[in-house]
Amino acid sequence: MILEGRIWIFGDNIDTDAIIAARYLNTSEPQELAAHLMEDIHPEFPGLVEPGDIIVAGQNFGCGSSREHAPLAIKGAGISCVIARSFARIFYRNAINIGLPILECPDDLSMLQEGRDRLQVDLDEGKITAPGSGLVYRAIPFPPFMQELIGRGGLIEYVKSRLQK
Amino acid sequence: MDKKHPPTGSTMVEKILAARAGQEKVKPGELVNVTVDLALGNDVTAPVAIKEFSRFALDQVFDPDKIVLVPDHFTPNKDIASAEQAMVVRRFAEKYSINNYFEIGRMGIEHALLPEQGLVWPGAVIIGADSHTCTYGALGAFATGVGSTDLAAAMATGEAWFKVPPTLQFIFSGTLPEWVSGKDLILHTIGQIGVDGARYKAMEFTGPVIDNLSMDGRLTMCNMAIEAGGKCGYVQPDGITFQYLEGRVTKLYQSVYSDSDVEYEKVFHFDISNLEPQIAFPPSPDNVRPVSEAGNIKIDQVVIGSCTNGRIEDLRIAARVLQNKKVHPRVRLIVFPATQHIYRQAIEEGLISIFVEAEAAISTPTCGPCLGGHMGILARGEKALSTTNRNFVGRMGHPESEVYLCNPAVAAASAVVGRIVHPREVV
Repeated sequence: MILEGRIWIFGDNIDTDAIIAARYLNTSEPQELAAHLMEDIHPEFPGLVEPGDIIVAGQNFGCGSSREHAPLAIKGAGISCVIARSFARIFYRNAINIGLPILECPDDLSMLQEGRDRLQVDLDEGKITAPGSGLVYRAIPFPPFMQELIGRGGLIEYVKSRLQK
Repeated sequence: MDKKHPPTGSTMVEKILAARAGQEKVKPGELVNVTVDLALGNDVTAPVAIKEFSRFALDQVFDPDKIVLVPDHFTPNKDIASAEQAMVVRRFAEKYSINNYFEIGRMGIEHALLPEQGLVWPGAVIIGADSHTCTYGALGAFATGVGSTDLAAAMATGEAWFKVPPTLQFIFSGTLPEWVSGKDLILHTIGQIGVDGARYKAMEFTGPVIDNLSMDGRLTMCNMAIEAGGKCGYVQPDGITFQYLEGRVTKLYQSVYSDSDVEYEKVFHFDISNLEPQIAFPPSPDNVRPVSEAGNIKIDQVVIGSCTNGRIEDLRIAARVLQNKKVHPRVRLIVFPATQHIYRQAIEEGLISIFVEAEAAISTPTCGPCLGGHMGILARGEKALSTTNRNFVGRMGHPESEVYLCNPAVAAASAVVGRIVHPREVV
């Protein structure tokens, strides 16, 4: 699948409290959560983000709490993909499990500018292209087991297929 | 290291995962599917898991005795929405005959409650839809946080997949100074390696200081492994472990130990004889400095409690500091015993009287203030000093409020003085 969208740039160690504050965890509806996405670190963000947009972040994205509400809020806002230099492990699992596309890209993406650049992402190839500058970045490929999880649309569908066997 | 004969041993975690995956040996980086002894959820994470579980259309869980549900985050319910989430969990527990469902009045904060109830033992594999599930490594278990969908899958299958983590070894030597505790050891560690210093990795805590560290101190240390990004933290079982388990765990279990010839990814040596109480400044648990370098930080609220530091030893040391003292008139002190059992113990030992006399507010067990849920939310510009585990932006309330992390003695002393101080300024 190929995605293209505007980008939003975030720094290192974006924690799950920043992605969705705990005061909103009395719901798990993705749309309701999306209304408060990144609110505490970027108050205007929920009003600015549009379906198809891409988050570009630094190291250890999604650290802290195990709340699956964090990737649910991102998905609810219509973010098509999160690209980070690295992910915290529970966030990584959660994103794969619920079918939020994520790419781990150790390349230096600091040349990219919010409000100017767009990115094109080939999820199958792990290829990230900046159409403006023509720069190409490579994401770390998923191991085969995780490719199967992603291919089946997440953990629930994967387990369902195993339970049926 | 002998290049010709590289170490061939396995760590405690590698051995536990290998046994559960039905393999003789596993290596870091390998993906394994393992059986779990316990799968845990709370009132925030379990409702999402229950919704996902319903997609399997199963009329039973894999084993009702291996699922634990603890409504502890927004309980006693803070609003209608959280009351309805708690009801989802309660009804699920009834429908699927989950005996390990702990209602308020009988419960505790999950990570204090499970060890206390004898639900954790050496060699166990425990997953929890809560990041602080790593706490149970203090008893020699492999325990790690997962998300709600992982919990849903485990409730159906009794299994979970893991990447075998590489292991970092932390050797603590020297003598623990007065007023310095497990909290300071782990804050110091996080300060040294950073919030992603152990990302995806296991953290083995060892050395003469750990050998003499109480179980409560070990639980505090393993609890915060996640704050360094760790998959799990652990202490290998010893006399202190077995003493703690006596009368709690009746089932047979087999303790597992790291081999002597293990290739750790990295070994850290910390001599802590001169370690001061540590303070993590906002907005990150790795922003750590010794209390003598804290400067003049005036505080509005002090919180003593949580899955990190709400155990009896924590309350005892706080009471020792607060005995015959009053909380500073400008400060609000809130004390949260972590479980109902600890609450009763604190009453019997006279600790609660000391807190009340000192003009602290005492709460039933809840995660409430730690995550900015309820029971102690901060206004714009306020500063809290807290024995909890995270000090991210907005963690305890308004995004422009601040949280400083410390041990219970520092928290109690600072509540008296009204600014962050070393306990010896008060006692």
